[in-house]
Amino acid sequence: MASVTFSKATRIYPSVPRPAVDALDLEIEDGEFLVLVGPSGCGKSTSLRMLAGLEEVDEGSILIGDRDVTNLKPKDRDIAMVFQNYALYPHMTVGDNMGFALKIAGNSKEEIGKRVAEAARILDLEQFLDRKPKALSGGQRQRVAMGRAIVRSPQVFLMDEPLSNLDAKLRVQTRTEIAALQRRLGVTTVYVTHDQVEAMTMGDRVAVLKDGILQQVDTPLRLYQQPVNVFVAAFIGSPGMNIGHFELDGEEAALGRARLRLSRATLDALREEGADRLVLGFRPEALEQVGADEPGAFPVQVSVIEELGSDAFLYGALTDIPGSSVDGSHIIARVDPSRPPAKGDVVHLRVRPGMQHIFSESTGRRLPD
Amino acid sequence: MTTLTKAEPAPESRTAGSAPHRKRPREGSRLLGFLAWVIGILFVLPVLWMLLTSLHSESDAATNPPKLAAPLTLQGYREFFGASSGASPWPSLLNSLTASVISTLLVLALAIPAAYALSIRPVRKWTDVLFFFLSTKMLPVVAGLLPIYLFAQKVHLLDNIWLLIVLYTSMNLPIAVWMMRSFLAEVPVEMLEAASVDGAGLTRTLTQVVGPVVMPGIAATSLICFIFSWNELLFARVLTATVAQTAPVFLTGFVTSQGLFLAKVCAAALVVSLPVMIAGFAAQDKLVQGLSLGAVK
Repeated sequence: MASVTFSKATRIYPSVPRPAVDALDLEIEDGEFLVLVGPSGCGKSTSLRMLAGLEEVDEGSILIGDRDVTNLKPKDRDIAMVFQNYALYPHMTVGDNMGFALKIAGNSKEEIGKRVAEAARILDLEQFLDRKPKALSGGQRQRVAMGRAIVRSPQVFLMDEPLSNLDAKLRVQTRTEIAALQRRLGVTTVYVTHDQVEAMTMGDRVAVLKDGILQQVDTPLRLYQQPVNVFVAAFIGSPGMNIGHFELDGEEAALGRARLRLSRATLDALREEGADRLVLGFRPEALEQVGADEPGAFPVQVSVIEELGSDAFLYGALTDIPGSSVDGSHIIARVDPSRPPAKGDVVHLRVRPGMQHIFSESTGRRLPD
Repeated sequence: MTTLTKAEPAPESRTAGSAPHRKRPREGSRLLGFLAWVIGILFVLPVLWMLLTSLHSESDAATNPPKLAAPLTLQGYREFFGASSGASPWPSLLNSLTASVISTLLVLALAIPAAYALSIRPVRKWTDVLFFFLSTKMLPVVAGLLPIYLFAQKVHLLDNIWLLIVLYTSMNLPIAVWMMRSFLAEVPVEMLEAASVDGAGLTRTLTQVVGPVVMPGIAATSLICFIFSWNELLFARVLTATVAQTAPVFLTGFVTSQGLFLAKVCAAALVVSLPVMIAGFAAQDKLVQGLSLGAVK
């Protein structure tokens, strides 16, 4: 087991102007479960493949432990990888698939058999060891791919969207299994996904990437509570954060009838920037239903109510500013699931004080609250 | 970790015996099936007729319209194997076998690495290279005949089986490269990456991962090369005489000035076609699998 260090690691594809991964600086601790997340094309898979040795590093370096692996071949890096489509060898049995790497490494037959049996026991694959991959279900294949990684006892596990080929229910189940397995084995793991829910539920820390640039790396909760910029704020959380472009009106941010008092620190930061507009974000649970006369309350016409049992979400449009800019005038609020408003109703909402996120409109960066 | 021990239901077996639930064929498909049988029989009919004729005596075979119920005899086959003329077909069959097998092996040895360099690790301008291979098939074979003849004469390779081996190898190489390229292109990149992460070098990746996966494709390619070499007539006819004569050339020798001995010719044609038919049947599974490799994923 070991730590992993990306140091200004850069990957530039020929004939593409923008680097796929741009000077990535990232430290992953020994035994940590780090998730790389971002929209497609953000460079998360490329970063993982650079660590695996399947992609060249054009600038910077990558370390596993104290060892510089930047120019090493995959086989010399002591890593194991789980691929999105599992990449099992179709002509080999489950047991041979799992033992292939050990065989190449020159282990004895008994040693291979022992380690494969151990991994099969952990993953409940014992009765399938003699089957070929095509005689397995998707979930079983996924476990074989995991098993192939486990038997190696590598320094680092690399996982490239290993759950995306499973159906929704199995995905949720396997998600917790992988996270639990990783914690038990204590092997440093780098996990790539485009699904922020997966990232939030599995990772010790989550690194959010966009356009090849690392935006923020932090614990799931910190990402949720203290996003460093508008992109992270909008990307993390489900349903997503409401984001609106507000006017600065005296000491308040204003959008139609929606008003929000700003703190001294925020006002100072805005003055320094010379901005008279700002971006305000508030999560669905930051909104509360209030009477029409309350200060700062704004009217919202309900278009859809999503009832999930434990929660209810209101999707609506601001009525006082047609075509306004709260994310295309749509607004999402969590409401009392026992008494949700009806479709077509007009309700009044207010941002709970202190639950707003304030960003600069010009840079997108978080401003002090 | 208790959740991991939850066993999943076994996948519905698609391979084991259980026949898939079939809808009752409708009228239309029954008609199509009938039509397919009719067309199939029409195609096989000449071969069956040839088989029947080969089992008739020469006088029965020569009648028009043919006698279906004439007594059967193996006289045609005996004649073919040289009962009266003393000319044995074995040397020419052996020549055909040598030329076909050796050239097929050579083709595979050259085509697989070439295809690898055009699909899995594509070289620069691989499309141009691929087009070059194809372009070698554009010249009519007969146009190359005279230069090849003159060349063979100069280097004293006329009537030498090695000349045919070289020619067949170069004739089949482009087709084999194209076929193998499309099979290799179906190998998922991730599988090769998994092999490299597992620690497999190039040789091991080729022999233990890529090789077994594209085996049906290799079988299909070798069968095609074998058939083309076995059936080749033009070069064999012009460039060989007695020593290196191949089976098809031997066959043409039956067209004599004394007229056609139909039973003997039919018997000969069947015997010469036999190896190809056997190879075809033996490789049928692999062939279909190979030609549709990756179509069902």
